[in-house]
Amino acid sequence: MITKDKQNTLIWLGLAISAIVPFLFPNHITLLTYIWVMIILALTWDMLGGQTGYTSFGNILFLGVGMYVCAVVQRDMFSSGLGRFERVSEVVVNLNVSEYFISLAVGTLSGAIVAVVLAVILGSGILGMRGHYFAICTLGLGHAAAEIASGIDYIGAGSGMVTPLYPSELLIGKEEFYYYAFLLVAVATFFLFRKIYQSQFGLALNAIRDNENKAESMGIHTTQYKIAGWSISAFFLAIAGAGIGNVIGFIDPVEIAFSGPTFGVWMIVMAILGGKGTIWGPVLGAVILYSAKETFWTYLLGWDKVALGLLILIVVVYFPKGILGYFKDRKQLSNSILSQKGEE
Amino acid sequence: MITYLKILIDSPEFLAQLIINGLLVGAIFALIAYGLALIWGVMDIINFAQGEMVIFGGYITYTLFYQFGIHPILTIPIVAVLLFVFGLFIYKTVIYRLLGEKDIFITILATFGLAILMQQLMQAIFGPDVVTANPELGMQVLFDGALIISNIQLVSFIIAVFVAIVLFVVMKYSRLGQTIRATAQNPRAARILGINIDKVYANTFAINAALCGIGGSLVVMIWTIHPFIGLVYTFRSFFIVILAGLGNFMGIIFTGMGISAFENVTGFIIGAEFQAAVIFCMLVIILITRSIRARKKRQYIH
Amino acid sequence: MELLNVKSVDKSYGGVVANHDVSLTVPKGKIVGIIGPNGSGKTTLFNSIVGHHPIDSGEIHFNGKEISSLTIPKIARLGMLRTFQQTHIYDKMTCVQNMQISSDIDANWKRIFNPFSKEVDEMADELLAFVGLYKKRFLLAGDLSFGQQKLLEFAMALMKKPTILLLDEPTAGVNPTLINGLIDRLRQVNEEKGITLLVIEHNMRVIMNLAEHIYCLANGTMLADGKPDEIQNDQRVIDAYLGN
Repeated sequence: MITKDKQNTLIWLGLAISAIVPFLFPNHITLLTYIWVMIILALTWDMLGGQTGYTSFGNILFLGVGMYVCAVVQRDMFSSGLGRFERVSEVVVNLNVSEYFISLAVGTLSGAIVAVVLAVILGSGILGMRGHYFAICTLGLGHAAAEIASGIDYIGAGSGMVTPLYPSELLIGKEEFYYYAFLLVAVATFFLFRKIYQSQFGLALNAIRDNENKAESMGIHTTQYKIAGWSISAFFLAIAGAGIGNVIGFIDPVEIAFSGPTFGVWMIVMAILGGKGTIWGPVLGAVILYSAKETFWTYLLGWDKVALGLLILIVVVYFPKGILGYFKDRKQLSNSILSQKGEE
Repeated sequence: MITYLKILIDSPEFLAQLIINGLLVGAIFALIAYGLALIWGVMDIINFAQGEMVIFGGYITYTLFYQFGIHPILTIPIVAVLLFVFGLFIYKTVIYRLLGEKDIFITILATFGLAILMQQLMQAIFGPDVVTANPELGMQVLFDGALIISNIQLVSFIIAVFVAIVLFVVMKYSRLGQTIRATAQNPRAARILGINIDKVYANTFAINAALCGIGGSLVVMIWTIHPFIGLVYTFRSFFIVILAGLGNFMGIIFTGMGISAFENVTGFIIGAEFQAAVIFCMLVIILITRSIRARKKRQYIH
Repeated sequence: MELLNVKSVDKSYGGVVANHDVSLTVPKGKIVGIIGPNGSGKTTLFNSIVGHHPIDSGEIHFNGKEISSLTIPKIARLGMLRTFQQTHIYDKMTCVQNMQISSDIDANWKRIFNPFSKEVDEMADELLAFVGLYKKRFLLAGDLSFGQQKLLEFAMALMKKPTILLLDEPTAGVNPTLINGLIDRLRQVNEEKGITLLVIEHNMRVIMNLAEHIYCLANGTMLADGKPDEIQNDQRVIDAYLGN
């Protein structure tokens, strides 16, 4: 396979290309931005889903939480509405340059913190059991969150919220700004996760996946590792959510923030197709699947969501190890054969 | 919210009303939950598409009612048969490949994919709007108006109980029921004794599908449905099964009815639009409580 | 000093009495054996001790602490580890990784996001060599033979430096030519590392040579106990195996 040095060279090359791509394809910046978004979503899903073996259908919760918290901070931070809990928000807030970026930064960070707290609280409850109970619980998570959000006036109830207008006087346009912002976040997520997977923590997650009973019987605090993993995912998901809310310009609880079909299901398919349990798998899956989706989906006209369901089914049943998983198996098999040949 | 709570405290007849309504329709949920428990216990398949199969049954009843003018109650046997066949089809194409899969998440993800597929298919075919097939049967007014029971709920209850009894008898005394139970206890022994495991599993899955279909027909008569409401039914079924335990037939019936009554009351206090949130919180609280108690006594939830 | 003290433990499964009024003690640093015909409740007793299920009555003291209501992970962290008849290992990880993950990784939280330390890697190599798996250390654990997996499981337990190791039929399924090597290694860990051993065994030659004190279970109750030659000549034990 590719050596570490070659891998790093490829990464730097890829990053260099990614940095100039917005200038090459100015009409497709948003699409390219979403590729970085999907990479983040797929990577974060995979930490629990692929590396720990705990499928979550509810990670969308953290995306939506990040979206909402950031939007609220952006709306209320400089207009003294924060904490007053009485606003209904069709109000479009006009912020100057420094207000915009400060509230964006504070909002994003706040969203991430809230998401982590939520992950710890929920996780303490539902990660203490075996995986299928966790999966069942997460099934209702997104839907329940959407229901609750639809009922709170402070965040716009069913109509949702609007995010502030990007300051128009800046040289760097809105699309370019968010493209590079998401690129940075995606790259940071990738490198951090890669380090984690090469560490003791990463191996503990894998141990839970391979034989949780054994891990427990060897005294590993399995629940704590699972909660930590979910919290790390929640952190980056919330950051992504904050950004998405601003890119789209408005948020609503059902179609956008806690939407299964738009983000929630895709993150799962991407990670699995690319190869769950690997660091490059989710990246590969995100790039391939999102590009394919944007290119071909419009041709399916209304049947695109049906095709999504069919796709999940086919991928999960016929290609559960994904692209990279397939290659990893072949490499390990030849390793084993070579090793054993060496013995005789 | 407090106002609604006060209403309940001030007029216990209304509380009784909510509870009785809940118990009546709870029989339907119990039936659906039993199907889920059946395939979970016999085949170790956790079916995340259970709710979608229910809604599918509902849509068939709706179509038969509005396109062909068949009375909804009469559509029930048709739906049962159609969903039975559908169950066999899904078994042959999807489920069959998942049997013996050690990684339980493959099963979960596959049935989840099936659920998404069905949701989107139903939306593409029937549209996203809510539909219902209310046969307008009127209501019973009892105790001088203190208790009002809509006839459709009563009829549904009776049908659900009837199906439950038939199911009970079939599982306990018929040859099919016995082979299913034998296979559930020990598949290898069953195979050695000449039982065709594949057929048993196919039939079990198809029976579950039929139960879902019947449930769906009843559901669409009482409430509205739309392509994405299946999730709520899936989740509720899991809740009932987890609470009552896999092998406990009567337990599932009573738990189903009990949960439904509880849901009705809390739904009134908190608001019906928080349906899924309420069930979700209930499930999480119960699982957490169980976890804590189990850990104190050195037991584990399996 | 009594490291492990089991007092009058009862355990039934749905009407079947698996253990009744079973008591035993394991002195620190010794090797104690448990024998008995099939179905006499040996594994059930192990399971009760390590925390696999609750006991119906009785007491279990480990290192002075009452553990009969503690869970498996807690008991493992107190220093009691156990191996299984069917081996339990992480089959998709390499032998080295199996060893690494068995070290005390929770001990230093600040380093949890770093790779394993040199000491851990060296200890892993050392122990793998000790059980004869050094050459196979990069193979997936799932690709090893059954006997090799047993050795790996044994080495993994040693990684954790347990106070006491409960071994459930360590020689079952192992190639007879390798059994002597296994006995030697068990004796070595007991003498050199001071690890107390409680061993369930069916192989009489092995247990009579290994253990200093032997308990015999039959039909869920403690039949007899004593030194190997006492047990070998105890008529009740002979009857239990030959009779019934």
